[in-house]
Amino acid sequence: MKKRLISDKMLFNIIGYSIITIIAIVCILPFIIVISGSITSETYIINHGYSFVPKEISFYAYKLILKSPESILNAYGVTILVTVIGTSVGLFLCSMAAYALQRKDFEWRNAFSYFIYFTTLFSGGLVPWYILMIRIGMKNNILGLIIPHLFGVFYILIIRNFMRGIPEAITESAKIDGANDFAIFIKLIIPLSKAALATIGLFMALSMWNEWYNAMLFISKQKLYPLQYYLYNMLNSAEAIRSLTSQIGNVSDTVLPSESTKLAMTVIATGPIILLYPFVQRYFVKGITIGSVKG
Amino acid sequence: MNCENIIGSDTKRKVTHVNKGFWYKVKKYKILLLMLAPTVLNYLIFHYLPMFGVLLAFKTYDFKLGILDSPWVGFDNFKFFFVSGQAFRVTRNTLLYNATFITIDTITQIFTAIILSELGNKYFKKIMQTMMFMPYFISWVVVGAFIYNIFNFDYGLFNSVLKYFGLEPINAYSTPWIWKYILVFFKNWKGIGYGSVVYLAAITGIDSEMYEAAEIDGANIWKRIRHITIPCLIPTVIVLTLLALGGIFRGDFAMFYQIVGENGLLYNATDVIDTFAFRSLMRTNEFGMASAVGLYQSVLCFSLVMIVNYVVRRVDKDSALF
Repeated sequence: MKKRLISDKMLFNIIGYSIITIIAIVCILPFIIVISGSITSETYIINHGYSFVPKEISFYAYKLILKSPESILNAYGVTILVTVIGTSVGLFLCSMAAYALQRKDFEWRNAFSYFIYFTTLFSGGLVPWYILMIRIGMKNNILGLIIPHLFGVFYILIIRNFMRGIPEAITESAKIDGANDFAIFIKLIIPLSKAALATIGLFMALSMWNEWYNAMLFISKQKLYPLQYYLYNMLNSAEAIRSLTSQIGNVSDTVLPSESTKLAMTVIATGPIILLYPFVQRYFVKGITIGSVKG
Repeated sequence: MNCENIIGSDTKRKVTHVNKGFWYKVKKYKILLLMLAPTVLNYLIFHYLPMFGVLLAFKTYDFKLGILDSPWVGFDNFKFFFVSGQAFRVTRNTLLYNATFITIDTITQIFTAIILSELGNKYFKKIMQTMMFMPYFISWVVVGAFIYNIFNFDYGLFNSVLKYFGLEPINAYSTPWIWKYILVFFKNWKGIGYGSVVYLAAITGIDSEMYEAAEIDGANIWKRIRHITIPCLIPTVIVLTLLALGGIFRGDFAMFYQIVGENGLLYNATDVIDTFAFRSLMRTNEFGMASAVGLYQSVLCFSLVMIVNYVVRRVDKDSALF
């Protein structure tokens, strides 16, 4: 009897480990292809196309980009600025609202909750919002990249639900000591909510880091391009590449390294997040786990 | 007896002293209201105010006149949207793609989660999960670059592989039918790290006593999965699927726009409501029709969410949205 159970488990393990390994490899395969292509010489690509393993290694594309890195560094700057400011301000404003919404003695908390929540059920659509943003001056305005990301209904609700778990006794005793609501929020609630704030903060930061849509709608000055939109521009506009190479003035090569340059640009734009995400992954996992348990 | 006395004295007090008015409450909640103010302001300006803009769907927008003064055209924008066949095409695509995404993604994520839950080696699981999460953290811009890398006609890996096996290379970017497979695959690829964790969390919530009892009764691992894990997951799957259905009229703009771009050859097979509305606004400046499309979509989404929520409430009351 026992022998049969062991071999069943063994069969499952063989199949299971293999399938998961295949899935994981398929997940990272495109990354490998792009990295490999970015260090392949342009002539090889033109003659033979991309391959899994670089057959003719050349770092020319990277040298090209790094010779005049101003535009990409600028894009990094914009993205970092937007992400840091946006996440800190957004987290503060959302948690402040969440605190008010979870206060059981706040008569209007349900009304305000529905007020915010209703916006996920019905919207005016793209056109009115676009016209509004243009009218209030968001064109070529860095605020246009920050403001749309500051608030999120689900962020607020999740933080609110987390705060509900904080014992009321703490708030009560602080009130007896004469503290007002805001002081309670800053001095007591925020330190106790660090876990939720870290998780939500990471989700916010990720969406701001990858932001390109609002840039596409509202930004036309290259100085204000966030990283992903800068990358999008580079990949899709041949002129952008030509202007990049002409910045260096070196047209001695008969072959303009456009294909490998595109890939090198992709690697440079994606590199940091790929290197960083394993360290923050567990916060995302925790957030997803708690969120889905809540339903 | 005592109660009557108390009630009596209370009503006397109420008549002589008005102190529960609206402004009193505003003063009482002053700080909480201030804390809510930025949020409320944001939603008022950027969400509720644009709702009035749905008027544009019934007008021809002249930006010199503004929204309020532009001339009315009744249902003309809608007529154009429907008569030209666009409405059917983009709605069909949106629905079919979303339905396929929901189905395939759910199946693969559950499948992966179940396997992961039963494997023993912690390090293996950690490393594999990290690898599976890689696609989740990148933007669709990067995915678009990946896909171009693989499928472009001259240099793409896909064609290199085809040529290696002696087959004819395909120009994917002018072959509409291939994109449904590409899109479904990459939607799945990007979400599997995240989605498998969702179902893994649900599986961890299953009472381990049932497994122990089954093992004592001699059930092997396949039987345990079929008779315990899967049935216990069904409520979660139903709720998540129904919630996803609520958004079935919303296309994933970022994905479709970055992968397909503005390649007109592929529109028939890949254009969704959101990409169509976007181009109507930004490229052809058809403000009126783009608004009509937006209103069409919002009404459909709202109705569907209402219906779905009603159904969810009957399945599992706590999971209903409201």
